[in-house]
Amino acid sequence: MSPESPPAATPAPDFPLSTKTTPPGVFALFVAFAKMSLAGFGGVLAFARRGIVEEHKWMTAEEFNETFALCHFLPGPNIVNLSVVFGSRFGGIPGAIAAFAGLVGPPTALVMVLAVLYAHFGQLDVLRRILAGISCGAVGLLIAVVVKMLMPLVKRRDVAGMLVMVAVFIAIGLLRLPLQAVLLVAIPVSIGVTFIIMRQGASA
Amino acid sequence: MNQDSNPIWTLVSTFGLMSLFAVGGANAAIPEMHRVAVEVNHWMTDRQFADIYAISQLSPGPNVLIVTLIGYAVAGFGGALAATLAMCVPTAALAYYVSGLLGRSSRSRWPSIIQTALVPLSIGLMAASALIVAQAADRNWAAVILTLTVATLAYATRLNPLYLLLAGGILGFAGII
Repeated sequence: MSPESPPAATPAPDFPLSTKTTPPGVFALFVAFAKMSLAGFGGVLAFARRGIVEEHKWMTAEEFNETFALCHFLPGPNIVNLSVVFGSRFGGIPGAIAAFAGLVGPPTALVMVLAVLYAHFGQLDVLRRILAGISCGAVGLLIAVVVKMLMPLVKRRDVAGMLVMVAVFIAIGLLRLPLQAVLLVAIPVSIGVTFIIMRQGASA
Repeated sequence: MNQDSNPIWTLVSTFGLMSLFAVGGANAAIPEMHRVAVEVNHWMTDRQFADIYAISQLSPGPNVLIVTLIGYAVAGFGGALAATLAMCVPTAALAYYVSGLLGRSSRSRWPSIIQTALVPLSIGLMAASALIVAQAADRNWAAVILTLTVATLAYATRLNPLYLLLAGGILGFAGII
């Protein structure tokens, strides 16, 4: 597709750094994140993944997973962290500010309008029914993102990773244990297991 | 402590602190937000909090914008801005700093090991969020079927997710969900 990558006759495999399109500028970052954000009903992650990986091809699925994992591990709103980390990788501090402003600015303005409308029309039954239908759809989108993130683990038969994933899901989702306590156990375990597996892989 | 003190400052200190403790993102911080807004400060009723959560899900943009709505309820437009920035800026600065650390020490393999190790944790937390939100949203079989249909379509096709949400809204409007 991209005009500046003609050499290989066969489709090139997905090399992380060589097949990327040109890095986005500050204005492109602002616009891209504003678009993802304003399209992101029920959370921006699905749209960020779609925009960054599928549409702009600024990152591979694996790179996106790893960047998002870092942002999910850090405290605070993941997608805000993602915008800052992603923006800074392509454009330093100006890039980080541009991506952050694009992500948060326009939807904040819109949400304030909704806050005013809700103050006036919040009691209408028809509004509640519409909200219920939309939230069901939002859950479906979240499930699809989880499955898409899971596929790289399944494809490389990462049993240890999948066990960690299931354990965290049970601890947080079913047992509702405190997040900090779960992470305090899960992070060292996962790092230890990953380290051992990588060392075995290197010596094999 | 002083209830008459500037509400903007209360918002900034509350969400600025929460920003740095909200491990797992905005959705994981929902219970803490509820505790602060409803139980501790009595900024709103339980029902108002539920409504605000629904609106934040309906709105485009990051899930963290529920904080904007809480801020608006407490202190109008100024409160909305203050709460949003307080929740976003501390963690954004931290993310910038940590990402720079990991990016520059690329000769070591520890950053890659840590990042690889965090992927399954991240997926597990996301799955738990999906379950918890599903328990709130999917109150009957029609709703469950809608959720699973949207999940399948979003996974298997390149349909714009916005259309899937709009379809959900139309079904809700029609009284099917």
